[in-house]
Amino acid sequence: MYGWIWRRLPGNAWAKAAISLVLVLAVVFILFQWVFPWAEPLLPFNDVTVNGGGSAG
Amino acid sequence: MATTEHDQDIADTDGTGAGSPPARRKRRRIATTISVIGELLITSGVVLALFVVYSLWWTNVIADRQENKDAAAIRKAWSAPQAPGALNTEDGIGFLHVPAMGKGYEVLVKRGTSVDVLNEGVAGYYTSPYKSAMPWDTTGNFTVAAHRDGHGAKFHNIDKIKVGDAVVFETRDTWYIYKVYDILAPTSKYNVKVLQPIPRESGKTTPGRYITLTTCTPVYTSLYRYIVWGELVRTQPVDAKRTLPPELQ
Repeated sequence: MYGWIWRRLPGNAWAKAAISLVLVLAVVFILFQWVFPWAEPLLPFNDVTVNGGGSAG
Repeated sequence: MATTEHDQDIADTDGTGAGSPPARRKRRRIATTISVIGELLITSGVVLALFVVYSLWWTNVIADRQENKDAAAIRKAWSAPQAPGALNTEDGIGFLHVPAMGKGYEVLVKRGTSVDVLNEGVAGYYTSPYKSAMPWDTTGNFTVAAHRDGHGAKFHNIDKIKVGDAVVFETRDTWYIYKVYDILAPTSKYNVKVLQPIPRESGKTTPGRYITLTTCTPVYTSLYRYIVWGELVRTQPVDAKRTLPPELQ
């Protein structure tokens, strides 16, 4: 999978490495900005109130 | 004997043995499938590790930034001359000081205990199932929740609070000095009785001016709740220099 992506990146090894780094950072940004904030309330790690439900953090 | 792929292709043209082209193509497809599965597993491991980083570090960065901004806005509004009838409690009613959780510890208290409020790195007072009393009410229970981990983790060190410690609430004009008299940990997350105006579970039977801090326990989980109860000892007016009461010095 990653090999397939690597072979399709243009340029020499340095250019490929640079583009890969940018892609990785973009993925991390998307995760931190949108995916994790969406997933977090769905996971039972941070409910601090006494209300019987899991809705209020 | 080492042979290149090309050599084998030629050697296998007679169509005998397991190394024939269709068999090798099939083997290669299996190898590709396994390596893709392996890469997906590694990727999911990395994503989960990143989620831990996000939960325990990044949410604190975001929440602390937000809380500092809101706290500064409240302090600024307090220092300005008060417009008549313009008590704005939307952005926070005051600051909770708990010396046992660190010298200079203070956290802004806002209305509500929803995820949106608490994720701003503040403490929130309950609006349900029991509506919190305000510190300035003549009787009642001032009930507050905050995160144990992530999103500011304002009550992370709640276990450092001992019976007899001071908990001070600061408003624009008054210091409310409470003394911790009971701790309940752990208790069920369904135990909403701890929020009653008279918290009977703490042994109280008469109306009074109480404070209740709640968060989750043990750390990094939400299995149980940690409850700290205090009772108002005295109040002290805020002077022009906002001199700290002796409990905070």
